Amino acid sequence: MAITPPSNRLWWKEPIHGIELGWIVIAFLWGLFMFFFMIAWHFIGEQNLSTETYKVKPERYQERVEAFAAEFQAQDADGQPLEENGVPVVRPPVGGDAYILARLWEFWPILELKKGESYRIHLSSADWQHGFSLQPTNINISVHPGYEHVVTLTPTGTGDFGIVCNEFCGVGHHTMTGRIRVVE
Amino acid sequence: MTSIDHGAAPVSGAGARYRVCRFTGLKVDSSAEALIKVNAVAAVLFLALGGLMGLLVALTRWPAVQLLDAELFYLVLTGHGANVLLFWIIFFEIAVLYFASSVILGSRLATPWLAWLGFLLMVAGAVMANYAVLRGDSSVMFTSYPPMQASHWFYLSLIIFAVGALVSVMVFFGTLVVAKAENTYDGSVPLVTFGAITAGIIAVFTLASGAVILIPTWLWSLGLISNIDSLMYKVVWWGMGHSSQQINVSAHVAIWYAIGAMVLGAKPLSEKVSRTAFLMYILFLQLASAHHLLAEPGMSSTWKIVNTSYMMYLAVMGSMIHGLTVPGAIEAAQRRNGFTRGAFEWLTKAPWGNPAFSGMFLSLVMFGFIGGISGVVLGTEQLNVLMHNTIYVPGHFHGTVVAGTTLAFMAMTYLVVPLIFQRDIVWPTLAKWQPFLFGIGAGGISLFMMGAGTLGVARRHWDISLTDAAHAFEYPAAAYLMMGLNGIFAILAAIGGVVFILVVVASILIGPKLEGPGAKMRFPLHDQSREAVAEYGSHGTLKLPGTIILVGIFFACFVLYYFVNWKYLSELWLFR
Repeated sequence: MAITPPSNRLWWKEPIHGIELGWIVIAFLWGLFMFFFMIAWHFIGEQNLSTETYKVKPERYQERVEAFAAEFQAQDADGQPLEENGVPVVRPPVGGDAYILARLWEFWPILELKKGESYRIHLSSADWQHGFSLQPTNINISVHPGYEHVVTLTPTGTGDFGIVCNEFCGVGHHTMTGRIRVVE
Repeated sequence: MTSIDHGAAPVSGAGARYRVCRFTGLKVDSSAEALIKVNAVAAVLFLALGGLMGLLVALTRWPAVQLLDAELFYLVLTGHGANVLLFWIIFFEIAVLYFASSVILGSRLATPWLAWLGFLLMVAGAVMANYAVLRGDSSVMFTSYPPMQASHWFYLSLIIFAVGALVSVMVFFGTLVVAKAENTYDGSVPLVTFGAITAGIIAVFTLASGAVILIPTWLWSLGLISNIDSLMYKVVWWGMGHSSQQINVSAHVAIWYAIGAMVLGAKPLSEKVSRTAFLMYILFLQLASAHHLLAEPGMSSTWKIVNTSYMMYLAVMGSMIHGLTVPGAIEAAQRRNGFTRGAFEWLTKAPWGNPAFSGMFLSLVMFGFIGGISGVVLGTEQLNVLMHNTIYVPGHFHGTVVAGTTLAFMAMTYLVVPLIFQRDIVWPTLAKWQPFLFGIGAGGISLFMMGAGTLGVARRHWDISLTDAAHAFEYPAAAYLMMGLNGIFAILAAIGGVVFILVVVASILIGPKLEGPGAKMRFPLHDQSREAVAEYGSHGTLKLPGTIILVGIFFACFVLYYFVNWKYLSELWLFR
């Protein structure tokens, strides 16, 4: 029994039962397959999280996001800077860099991207850790203060997408959102 | 068959007092018995507190109810994590370690005073942590990621608790040395003790990682250190956070084997295979803690893949092996007990009315199907981006820690009460239903949280309707439905939890005494005197058709679910 010493003192010399051996082989091969499939997806898949990361001072990052927003802020028909709820709407250049600042308790600014185009999205935090959760497409990435993470994103659908913070960041956590618009 | 007290040498001058258990023939050292009792009682009390907090969390996350206000919700959620994931589980594990060393090996407990010191430190730490959380300035969640800062009492309390746990684990190792030196057993340690040793070794690594990260964080909260790097914290913290779950896995797998042996007379199919599977936990699971860092910046893909796959899959293989050998051993024992018809008579005629067995088997099934499969999917580098920090994650670990570990520990308690407290279970009908109530509730909350997480619902989030947010976003209606169902199943699990605590506390306080001769247990153990001499496994005629079908179903579900998630992933925006 499992609560008594092995009845056969030389238990390590007992032959392994065929059922057990078969299952071990299946489990091992399946693990091997899953291992190689992860590597394979880097070549055959189009969803692989970037690992491009830079150290950055939170204040310095904030300045760069503000400069980016000022340079590329969209304008409405009258030539007025475009805003939504007081947050600038920014149209980054296609293929270029775009910045999102996570801070207590918002993602700033609003980005307007073109469907099918790629953008180098920079993510970092001004204060605590936050979670970049893009919905409803469901892409979830951690955001740290002091680390600038660059992810190349290519939207495949149009409309308004929500960014919800999914890393607990204090009592206003559930009010922390942001937005990405995607147009044709 | 070698019995435990066969050939036991008389104790030399240690002053230990023993009694011999009437039901099992095990020799029980009185100080080990006392320490198992106090640790088990502390565990159940913290389960009651943490479970209540869990119910409040689930009722708040039920959008139609939203019971608590935001501030209180985050406070209670922090307390829930600490009380159930740390205090309930580790107190119970210490009881399991003492049981697996002192009682199963028939040895005296090494240095009982040190064991009491460890227990008192753990109690002090646990009480202090609750004080820190309830004060309201430490609502930082169980993970307490900096730069968010809790009160310094919070970090100190966890350090004190960890030191107490480490002391207790050392007493366990000391007891193994004593048992070996005093020849209290013959040959190798039993499999259950081997599993407990696995848990103990992983516990040392876990608690050391905790010290490495919590001590500087504590100094930081006192203002003595200016900065804790947030990424470094996560890497080291998960050396504790994930590995501590491996203690649970090792402990509850050991309990599966123990209950199989005590209730059905099950013997491991192969000692070698089962022990190697435990060894894989020690060798590989710590590095697998990297699977918590798949959505972080700063780590290379190679680092992520090597740690999360190569290392994890060898540990997963360990669990898959137990997933075959535990039901396989039960099937073999039941067939020997005479239930040989068809593929499943051994299972349908199993003692489902015995809560120790039903709890154990439900724990086995749900740990594998819900917790295990979802854990591998979550731990896949690319798939993690689909679910990282969504409520899928708590869904997964309620499948492992609640439906798996907690249910197994509850099942074991139905044996600990008669054998260690020497009291029979009161209200046997309630006790019979308890594992089903709790198990179905726990399985439900796991599945519905996973469902909601697949739809993107964030974990640790007070308001999925995002009412006060600057930019509105509407989750799909199905997400609300899932969170509501989660609330309903949480109520079911809570009822199961309350029944468990009532039955156990009442049994300990007013249950019929089993000390006297002739007293009978309501849920009988396997009668070993009836045991046939058959040494199955050695004569090569062993057939396990039921187990083969079960693991076949499991494997099919695993493969299917794995590829379904790749399909989901391929439909996301492109990112690289």
